[in-house]
Amino acid sequence: MKMTKFAAVAAMALTGLSASGLVQAQALVKVDGSSTVYPITEAVAEDFQKSKKNSVRVTVGISGTGGGFKKFCRGETDVSDASRPITKKEIEDCKAAGIEFIELPIAYDALTVVINPKNDWARKMTVAELKAIWEPAAQGKLTSWKQVNSAWPDRPIKLYGPGADSGTFEYFTEAINGKAKATRGDFTASEDDNVLVQGVARDVGGLGYFGFAYFVENKDKLAAVSVATEAGKPAVAPSLETVINGTYQPLARPIFIYVNAKAADRPEVKEFVEYYMKHGESLTKEVKYVPLPAKAYAYNLDHFAKRGKGTKFGGENKVGMTIEDLMKIEAK
Amino acid sequence: MNQQELQSLRALIASHKRWDFLFGVLGVLALMLGVMTFVALFADMTINGIGRINIDFLTSFPSRRAANAGILSAWVGSVLVMLVTACAAVPLGVAAGVYLEEYAPKNWFTDIIEINVTNLAGVPSIIYGLLALGLFVYTFGLGQSILTAGLTLALLILPVVIVATREAIRAIPQIIREGAYACGATTWQVVSDHIVPYSSAGILTGVIIGMARAIGETAPIITVGALTFIAFLPPAPFTGDPSAGLFDWLFAPFTVMPIQMFNWTSRPERAFLDNAAAAGFILVLMTLTMNGLAIWLRYRLRKNIKW
Repeated sequence: MKMTKFAAVAAMALTGLSASGLVQAQALVKVDGSSTVYPITEAVAEDFQKSKKNSVRVTVGISGTGGGFKKFCRGETDVSDASRPITKKEIEDCKAAGIEFIELPIAYDALTVVINPKNDWARKMTVAELKAIWEPAAQGKLTSWKQVNSAWPDRPIKLYGPGADSGTFEYFTEAINGKAKATRGDFTASEDDNVLVQGVARDVGGLGYFGFAYFVENKDKLAAVSVATEAGKPAVAPSLETVINGTYQPLARPIFIYVNAKAADRPEVKEFVEYYMKHGESLTKEVKYVPLPAKAYAYNLDHFAKRGKGTKFGGENKVGMTIEDLMKIEAK
Repeated sequence: MNQQELQSLRALIASHKRWDFLFGVLGVLALMLGVMTFVALFADMTINGIGRINIDFLTSFPSRRAANAGILSAWVGSVLVMLVTACAAVPLGVAAGVYLEEYAPKNWFTDIIEINVTNLAGVPSIIYGLLALGLFVYTFGLGQSILTAGLTLALLILPVVIVATREAIRAIPQIIREGAYACGATTWQVVSDHIVPYSSAGILTGVIIGMARAIGETAPIITVGALTFIAFLPPAPFTGDPSAGLFDWLFAPFTVMPIQMFNWTSRPERAFLDNAAAAGFILVLMTLTMNGLAIWLRYRLRKNIKW
């Protein structure tokens, strides 16, 4: 009995291998990358498949922005979700593998600094105050709210933030501390944003940061901090309007998809990207992200039709870019 | 024996009995700690998830709307991956176990193999994932497929199956072997007619312990490239256009239950947490079904053994 089973497995492996060439017959669009962009791409993939009556298949993974680019630059995926522009190193990797890409900004995300709703003293903060809390030098030294601002009570401060692999972490540290990944180490880190939500919701002295969508869903348990770029300037609360008019600074950031230029010639990939741009605005709103103005999606469609290759960011992350700025860069 | 000695003896017995009783209580407490933790977790999951469990939940694909989202692609993926795992791990594991017990000469080389097999059981699962990524995905070119995931998990549970096989074989009385050899049987005849059939109940237990571990694994499966959003099923043999081959499903992209749960627990909308709880409930149910099947099979097999 065991022998026949063994033979069956061997036969399975052999016939399976010879059949592997046939599997690609069905149209398939492979997407991987950032978990921040995932909800939008998932929504687009879901509706796109329905609109095509399931004749085209779309898969979406969440390997993170960096992990997604690794697969993208090996030619394993057709589209890569990214919560930051492609880096110089990644551009080189793609080039070495002969992969050209089309960069398309698809939405904005507002990193939201949150506190416990019982915290009534720190509803407004400046970037300098946030830096005082999060900079590497604060480690072990800054432990009370009073040390940040002498008008605030002497309560212990408890910090919550995403882990070091996250694009959110990278952007926040660059925008606040001036250098990507430079941060104090003594905070509760979790890749699961819901853990951060729980932490701040239970702790009156808690402070944390994550994407806007998580704040919107937990408005009853958390309060958002209004951020002022400098002392004396007005503090701005994160919202759809303040991101669109560019006043919520410097924590608003664009998010992207990157399309493999060669794969873009396949009809299913082309149709998927076009569907993405045509329905991006409404779907982005539905999953609680900030959409770009309609003309940006129209511009993307045009850019994609012309196969405009390369990045407009020169391999660097730009902090404090408003939608206006982004449009200007893209129009270049 | 005078009255006083009798008294002190009784006191001694009573105090020993007290210790007996105390240890019994301690044992029950230790047991309850584990059982109650599981019951509490399971009850919590059931309360949160039961409202979501219906036919639609089992027959729908994932969706951005929590109320429409289901686990069809996840449970089908889990079942198929487990199938591949069982087909690969059982014959290999049993063959290895039989070889080590019945064939292998007792020398230093066999000792090294034995030590390695035992140690392999303690290797973190992510290591198997990395190994599989290099070996199956890239070197063998099997891609990020059900076959790759199944083989990865098969590697993961292979040590468990081997160790269980050896334990089961060792439990067979030596006289059975001696009797068979005395009648002129070859080693292969002894193994196929006596050793494997008699030890199959024990082997089955090992296989199920391994499978129960494998079905809940996330890390190695993510490493070899399981997906999060996938709204189609692997091709069933001889269906679709162009018609799918008998084994095309082995090469299809997939997701599994633990990954679907993990994705839902990290979503901002709270409704997804209920979905995750419901998926967890189904996953526990799947594991229990697997265990139930094993217990039934074991019962059937034991009934047939007559020494």
